[in-house]
Amino acid sequence: MTLLRRNRRRRTQATAERGLVSYAEWRRPAIRWTLRLIQGGTLLFLLVFGLGPLLWLAKSSITPTQDTLRAPMALFPHGFDLGFFVTAWTQTHIDRYFLNTVWIALGSWFVQIATATTAGYALSVLRPRFARVLTGLVLATLFVPSIVLLVPLYLTVVDVPLLHIRMIDSFWAVWLPAGANAFNVILVKRFFDNLPREIFEAARVDGAGPFRLFWSIVLAMSRPILGVVSVFAVIGTWKDYLWPLLVLRNPDIQPLSVRLPTLQPTTELDIFLAALAIATVIPIGVFLLFQRMFLRGGGLGGAIKG
Amino acid sequence: MPPSPLLRRKADAPSMGLRAQAIAASSAPLVRRQRRAWLTRDGLSTLVFLLPLLLIFGLFSWFPIIRSVVMSVQVTNLVSTPRFVGLDNFANVLADPLFGKAVANTAYFALLALIIGFPIPLVLAVIMSEVRRFKGIYSALAYLPVVIPPVVSVLLWRFFFDPRAAGVFNTILGWVGLGPLPWLQDSGWAMPSIVLEATWAAAGGTVIIYLAALLSVPSELYDAADVDGATIWQKIRYVTLPHLRAVLLITLILQLIATAQLFTEPFLFTGGGPANATITVLLLIYHYAFQNSLGGDYGMAAALSVMLAVFLGVFTAGYLWLTRSWSTTS
Repeated sequence: MTLLRRNRRRRTQATAERGLVSYAEWRRPAIRWTLRLIQGGTLLFLLVFGLGPLLWLAKSSITPTQDTLRAPMALFPHGFDLGFFVTAWTQTHIDRYFLNTVWIALGSWFVQIATATTAGYALSVLRPRFARVLTGLVLATLFVPSIVLLVPLYLTVVDVPLLHIRMIDSFWAVWLPAGANAFNVILVKRFFDNLPREIFEAARVDGAGPFRLFWSIVLAMSRPILGVVSVFAVIGTWKDYLWPLLVLRNPDIQPLSVRLPTLQPTTELDIFLAALAIATVIPIGVFLLFQRMFLRGGGLGGAIKG
Repeated sequence: MPPSPLLRRKADAPSMGLRAQAIAASSAPLVRRQRRAWLTRDGLSTLVFLLPLLLIFGLFSWFPIIRSVVMSVQVTNLVSTPRFVGLDNFANVLADPLFGKAVANTAYFALLALIIGFPIPLVLAVIMSEVRRFKGIYSALAYLPVVIPPVVSVLLWRFFFDPRAAGVFNTILGWVGLGPLPWLQDSGWAMPSIVLEATWAAAGGTVIIYLAALLSVPSELYDAADVDGATIWQKIRYVTLPHLRAVLLITLILQLIATAQLFTEPFLFTGGGPANATITVLLLIYHYAFQNSLGGDYGMAAALSVMLAVFLGVFTAGYLWLTRSWSTTS
């Protein structure tokens, strides 16, 4: 029965998704084979360019330095050694920088989620009178290139106005500014806007206050958007370089992205490449697990962040 | 600029929903009073929910944006109180011989990124949209480089760009009898090399955007083109591409804005060298603020940031104005 259903679904999908090439054209051998050739060539191109550099990294991170330097494209002329990962992890303190990165990513994720959901809830559901003005102000920051923020934001973190706290060399300097992400707020607000108002009214009639409504109704209904924001928050923080470089001066608390360039001159190539490979594990893992979120139009977020 | 509150109220009305409008029409005063009452009673909790937004955006977004404009007309260091100097910072930046170099390099990078980075995702997306089986593998492969941290890709590619004959890319070029190329060592080759890596790192995101846009082309148009006897190539030329026009225009300007803020790649690949051949505007800002032996010249850095932002704003507005007729026809 499942087979039947799947079959039917596939057929309806096929008729709905009629693209550029018509069925008549697809049935002509000359066109079919040309298209298959082009598609096969594209797959090869993507394999070589998309996956190739990473496969090379994987290969070279277990190849001794001399082999990598002498014949970079050869496949294990003198065998391989998984020990480079162990050396990188323990002796070059990649473990510490890895944990720093995890810690920074978790904190940034939390601040981003907390800011985006509370702001989205206030602006979309509670709607105070000045909500539209606030939304406009948040939206406006999207049009300011992030470069304008660099220097004044740095000075803000050096000496937080009113509070006069110095946040340099503290994770807060990365965590808190990460929350000022207009894209997240707008995304979450749009999602909340589309939730059915009747449910809010019903909950209110049943005696739910604004906090209960937020936690048990709105957040509970928002798993998809929370997932998208979370995944992009983690990947975005993992990719960040310039900001942590500026505000985290103490090597002991720096993330991988900041440490790797400074480690390179003093590290043996095989161990260094193993360290690079370790730095890609989490992003690739997150990507493979949550592929759908990235490949469904979510790419725009990355494009804007620049 | 946000329109007046009155205009906003009016614009808000259609989104209220028909039922709500009907109720509002029948018993407007009653409903409004009830709504207000609920809001004022919970005014405090609304404020609690707005607090993170106000604090975080206030401190780390709105305040720094205003501050950068203020700083651009001040001499600021962390020791003495800021002093107003008018447009001196701007004059100093414009007088800096590196400024012209940085602007030219950034424009050159944008041009190269356009030539290499614009057609590739488009061609890939058009081909990939016709793939019947394993479509997911295609898009996953295309997107994979986008999730790799830029620092890792740059450090990896710096090794690929090894100028020795035994370097990775030179070995591959050697197989087809080319090279060895000097890559990053040569002032002429450095920028194209950086563009190559940057395109590799960013193209996947654009492919995904185009793929989504390609799905929105109405299949009736293809049906109609088939009836008229159009070839595949003609369908691409007269149906697919015109439909992508709006998306293409937007990604083009987004790409230009992103390339204008290029930092990690030139910073880690070459540090702006050789002979300042890859110094970009952002690298210059970084130099002014954080790599100055005399202490950071934050005023000059802010002045250059403001100039770049204003330029991007004017450029984007002009671009959208010039292309307004193209994007609305599709």
